[in-house]
Parts: sequence; structure tokens; C-alpha cells
Amino acid sequence: MEIQLEYYLVISLVMMACGVYGFLSRRNTLAMLISIELMLNAADINFAAFNRYLFSNYEGHFFAIFGIAIAAAETAVAIAIMINIYRNLKSIQTKDLEEMKH
Amino acid sequence: MEYTLFIMLLPVLMFLFLGLAGHKLRPAVAGILGCCSLGIVAILSYYAAWQYFSMPRVNGIYQPVTVFNFEWLHFTDKLHIDLGILLDPISVMMLVVISTVSLMVHIYSMGYMHGEKGFQRYYAFLSLFTFSMLGLVVATNIFQMYLFWELVGVSSYLLIGFYYSKPSAIAASKKAFIVTRFADLGFLIGILVFGYFVGSFNFETVGAGTGFGGAALLGDAARVMVPLALGLMFIGGAGKSAMFPLHIWLPDAMEGPTPVSALIHAATMVVAGVYLVARMFPLFIDYAPEVLHLIAYVGVFTAFFAAAIACVQTDIKRVLAFSTISQIAFMMVAVGVCTAATAHEGLGYMASMFHLFTHAMFKACLFLGAGAIIHAVHSNEMSHMGGLRKYMPITHITFLICCLSIAGIPPFSGFFSKDEILTACLEFSPVVYWIMSIIAGMTAFYMFRLYYGIFWGKEARHEHTPHEAPANMTVPLIVLAAITCVAGFIPFGHFVSSNGETYDIHLNTTVATISTCIAVVAILLATFMYRKAEQPVADMLGKKLRGLHTAAYHRFYIDEIYQFITHRIIFRCISTPIAWFDRHVVDGFFNFLAWSSQEGSWSIRNLQSGRVQQYAYAFFIGVIALVLILLFVVI
Repeated sequence: MEIQLEYYLVISLVMMACGVYGFLSRRNTLAMLISIELMLNAADINFAAFNRYLFSNYEGHFFAIFGIAIAAAETAVAIAIMINIYRNLKSIQTKDLEEMKH
Repeated sequence: MEYTLFIMLLPVLMFLFLGLAGHKLRPAVAGILGCCSLGIVAILSYYAAWQYFSMPRVNGIYQPVTVFNFEWLHFTDKLHIDLGILLDPISVMMLVVISTVSLMVHIYSMGYMHGEKGFQRYYAFLSLFTFSMLGLVVATNIFQMYLFWELVGVSSYLLIGFYYSKPSAIAASKKAFIVTRFADLGFLIGILVFGYFVGSFNFETVGAGTGFGGAALLGDAARVMVPLALGLMFIGGAGKSAMFPLHIWLPDAMEGPTPVSALIHAATMVVAGVYLVARMFPLFIDYAPEVLHLIAYVGVFTAFFAAAIACVQTDIKRVLAFSTISQIAFMMVAVGVCTAATAHEGLGYMASMFHLFTHAMFKACLFLGAGAIIHAVHSNEMSHMGGLRKYMPITHITFLICCLSIAGIPPFSGFFSKDEILTACLEFSPVVYWIMSIIAGMTAFYMFRLYYGIFWGKEARHEHTPHEAPANMTVPLIVLAAITCVAGFIPFGHFVSSNGETYDIHLNTTVATISTCIAVVAILLATFMYRKAEQPVADMLGKKLRGLHTAAYHRFYIDEIYQFITHRIIFRCISTPIAWFDRHVVDGFFNFLAWSSQEGSWSIRNLQSGRVQQYAYAFFIGVIALVLILLFVVI
């Protein structure tokens, strides 16, 4: 059985949907961050899959690799922020993070 | 003659220096600095006058000299505003008058203002005034004149309100500023109309100051509009020179320090209106003789009106103030009675300038003398004086000389100039001549009423014996009185005349005899009525003519009429509805705008909750909606 493009797209769609659901429903910032990573990876899978099936060059792969690198950097920053928030507020629940709102 | 620039620069530099750094100086140092700068200015002015009048005449006429002139504002090639220095006979004459009187007042103030709070500020303002007044007289164009015209108004305002803790002084300064400013509105409109139709502000281009036939040739439209423009300019001049009905500010301006009254409100600033008319004289005589005669009639009425009030006032400075109004009106009459038809068409012009010159000297001396008296008895009221001749001999003699001069007794200067004015009036119309002669008699009467009230009559009880003023106050008095004694013999017509040619002053024997007789009779009458301690005749007259006396004492209720018109009519019927419209309609509209945007903001402020998940939720819904639209609607 040959693996079709649609298989990749379905996996990507499921991961994206999980990410969206997690981002909207979770109240823990760490869980929200993980959800964002899921969405990013879903996008990366799309890049790689479309490139593999529709084009003969490597641009999509490069984009995917860039996406992974940027996700790593972004995660590092986000986690640093969260550690600082935790030090100050002893919590990373979104309901406790309303200091800066007003 | 580039050094004339320093005449202007020195006072303004002194103003900046004393105004900014004065409080760090000792008062005496500030005073001496002010006097020194004015001394230099005076010397330069005399030198400029000497140099100017010793220049050779061209065709028998002193040529105007534009020392320098630079373009300040450019509108079109023809219409631009310049700043510069123009020397011609009248401006040079004014330079001499201003610097002399100003120097005397500077020296005098060293004694008079001694120990006052704000001594340095006072000298700074005096310098500012001197600068503005000098700038006014040497203006090369009417707009520069207007600029400095406003500057003298400001310095007058500052100096009247010098005792700023006194409510009456503040009210007087505001009154002076508002009344003259109101009149200056007419002046400004006049300048704009003039500039529009004539196409130039420059005095030399329009031929001002060059005498008969010197005025520029104008087009037909300009011929119609120039009389209007000149009439409007005269409104400004009437405001500054306290002509009826804009005279109300001048008596109140006496709230300022007395030397200021001598300098600004007697000798220099108040004659700016006469100077303006004299400056525009060729245009007046060629294009608007009827406006000139209107000026004469306003002057006749003002002269009479002010003289009548002066006869009953008891505050010595007010008497002098009304006397000033009356004398300035004499100058206005003199310049106003000029016609191209009479034999000596320029006689009135020359007489006016001559009287301006002599009046500046003797009126400054009278005011400074009054200042010395006030300094000695600490009161302005005549009833607190009396019998001062024993205590203040120098003040007494100088005051007497100036009284004789203003009354028109030969050989003092006032006799000569007033005689020329009366001769000019006689050539115009015998009626005006007789009215003016009677007013001259009234002048002699009220001046000697003042003189006897101060120096003779009943001696008031003083808390301490009055004493003669210090030397720095008496020296200016003596100098000014000396000038008054000799100024009449100056061949004034050789220097200043309407067409620039030498004009020999001939005393008209009839006029001179009649006016001297009237003056002597008036003085004798005043002597008879006021010399003794008891004044039965004066009291009886006061009782007999009680209504007239009270009305004159209250200055014929002109101030009350103004009060009524402004408060009852203008404020109530015009200003109040406009204020209501402003408060409720204009403000209401903008308040409604602010209110509605505020309410709108409050209603949508909950949208910005700060919760990222809420935003993301909205974002996803939006994305899904967009996708659905693209799928089912667009395609």
C-alpha cells in the first residue's frame, strides 16, 4: 500500500485540532505552550509533505527546519518568562496572571 | 549719521539689562546706569539735531534723511513693512524733546522714587518707554509707527500700574490700555485701508512730512478712500492724545508715579496723536481737508471741556491732567485749522509743533513740581497744601514760571507758541479764534487757581514741616524752567515748517495784545478769588452754580456714561447672550461629542479582557467564518 499525501494531511489536521483545542481549553500556561508546539509541528508536517509530493526541490524542507528552530527559540523564551512569573507569583495559572491587565 | 542707531539701541539694551539683572544690582546703581544711558542718548540726540540742521538745504528745504531702512515683512514688491530711522525736522525735534524730558525724569526719579520697592523695575520700564517713543518718532513708515505706538501703550500700562498692590492703580492701568487699544483698532484699520489703496506704507513714498504739494499722486479710488483711512487713523491719534470722547483714561493714569505722568502723560506719549497728524499732514491737506477741520472742531470742544473740568478739580495731578488734555487739544486745533486757502497755510502746522515743544518742557516741569510737592506733603489734595511758598522756594519759583508760561504771559515760551496758534485760528475763522482765546483765559485761570491753592491761601496743618526736595529733584525743575524762559525766542519756524522752507515768526500784535490781556485778567481774577485764606467769592460761586460745579467736579459724568454703556448696554444686551450661546451651544456641542465617545468607550471596554485565550477563540472563529465564506459564498 502506497502512502498517500492525504495520510500526512490527516495526521497534520488531527495535530492541529488537538493544538487548537488545548490552547483554548487549558488554563495552565505550560500546557498552552505545549499546544502551540503541536500546532507548529502540524504546520511543519504540511510543509514537508507538500514539498515531497508536489514539488521536486527542497524549499519546503528548509521551511520545516526553520520552523523547528524558531519553535525551539520561542520555547526557550517562553519558558524563561514562565519561570520568572512563577518566581514572582508562585503560579502559572492564567487566572492568576492579571496583574498587568489594568 | 549711523550713530543715531545708538539712540535707539541704548535704551532697549538698558531695558533688557535692568529688567533681567536689575534685582541683583543695588537700586542706586540701577538708577545711575539708567541716567547715564539716557545722558548718552540725549547727547547723541542733540548732536544729531545739530548735525541735521547744519546740513545745507536743498532748494531751501531740509531734506529728509533715511539713515537706514531694512525690509522686515515682505508682502508684495510695493507693499512691505520696513524698520528704519527717518530724520526730518519734526522727528529730530521730537528726538530732542523726548531725550531732554526723559533725561530730566530719570534724574528726578532718583530722588522721587528713592527707597521705593521695585526701583530697578521702574528704571527698566522707563528705558522701555524711551526706546518705544524714540522708535515711534523716527519711524520710516506708518506700520513701524504703529508697532512702536503699541509699545508705548504697553510701557504706559506698565508704569501706570507700577504700584501693582494698589487696586486703583491696576484699574487705571487697565482702563488706559483698553481705551487706547480700542482707539488703536481704528488706527490699524486706517493703516490697512491706506496700504490697500495707496500701495505703500512708506512716509517718503506717500510724501508725508514734505509739506504742501508733496503728497503722492493718487488714483481715483484712493482719492475717495484716503480721507476715510486718515479719519480712522485720527481715531487712534485721538485715543492716544486723549481727545473727547476718548479722554477718560488720562485723568486716571495719574495713579502712576508722578515722574511717569510728567514723561508719558504730559510731555511725550500723549502728543503722539498730534505727531501722527503732523506726519500725515500733506495727505490731510491735499486729500482730506474736511477731516482736518473735523479734527479742529474735536480739538476746540475738547479744549473747552477739559478746561472747564480743570477749573473745579481739587487733586493737583488731575488739574494738570485736564490741563494737558486741553493743551493737546490746542495743538490739534492748530494743525486742524490749516487750509490751503489761507495766507500762511502752514502757520497752524508750525504753531502746533512749536506748542508741542514748549508744552512738553513746561508741562513736564509742572508735573515734576507737583511731584516735589506731593513728596513733601504726602497728599494730592489741594486742601492739604497751601502756604508752601515759604518751605519750598525753588519749587515755588519754577512752578510759577511754568504757570506764567502756560497762561501765555510774555516772555515765557508758552506765550509765543499759543500766540501762533491763535493767529492760525484767526486766519481760519474768527469764531474759533474767540473760543480759543477764551479757553486760553480759562487756562490761565485754573493754573493760577492751582498755584494759589498750593503756594498761598490757607496753610494746612502738616504732620511735619514740609521741606524743599533734594538736589536731584530740584535740578531738573530748574533746567526745565530755564528752557521755558528761553524757548520762546528760538526761531522755531526756521527749523520746522509745513513745507520745510524757512518761515519767520511774526507776532501778530493784535492777537498778542488781546491774548495777553485775557491772560492777565484771568490771573487777576484767580488772584482775587483764591489768594487769601478765605475764599468768599469762590465759595459763593460754587453755591450759586451748584449743579454746574458738581457736574464739572464729576467730569460731566462721562465716566459714568461709559460705565452705563459698557455695563448696562454692551455687557447685558450683547455680551450676556453671546456668553450664553458660547457656554450652551458651542461648548454643549463639544461636550456632547466628548460624552458620546466616552459612553461608547465604556460600552466596548470589556472586549479587551487581556485574556489571550479569549482572543485566540475569537481569532479561530473568525478564521473558520472566513473559510466558510470563501468556500460557499465567493466560489
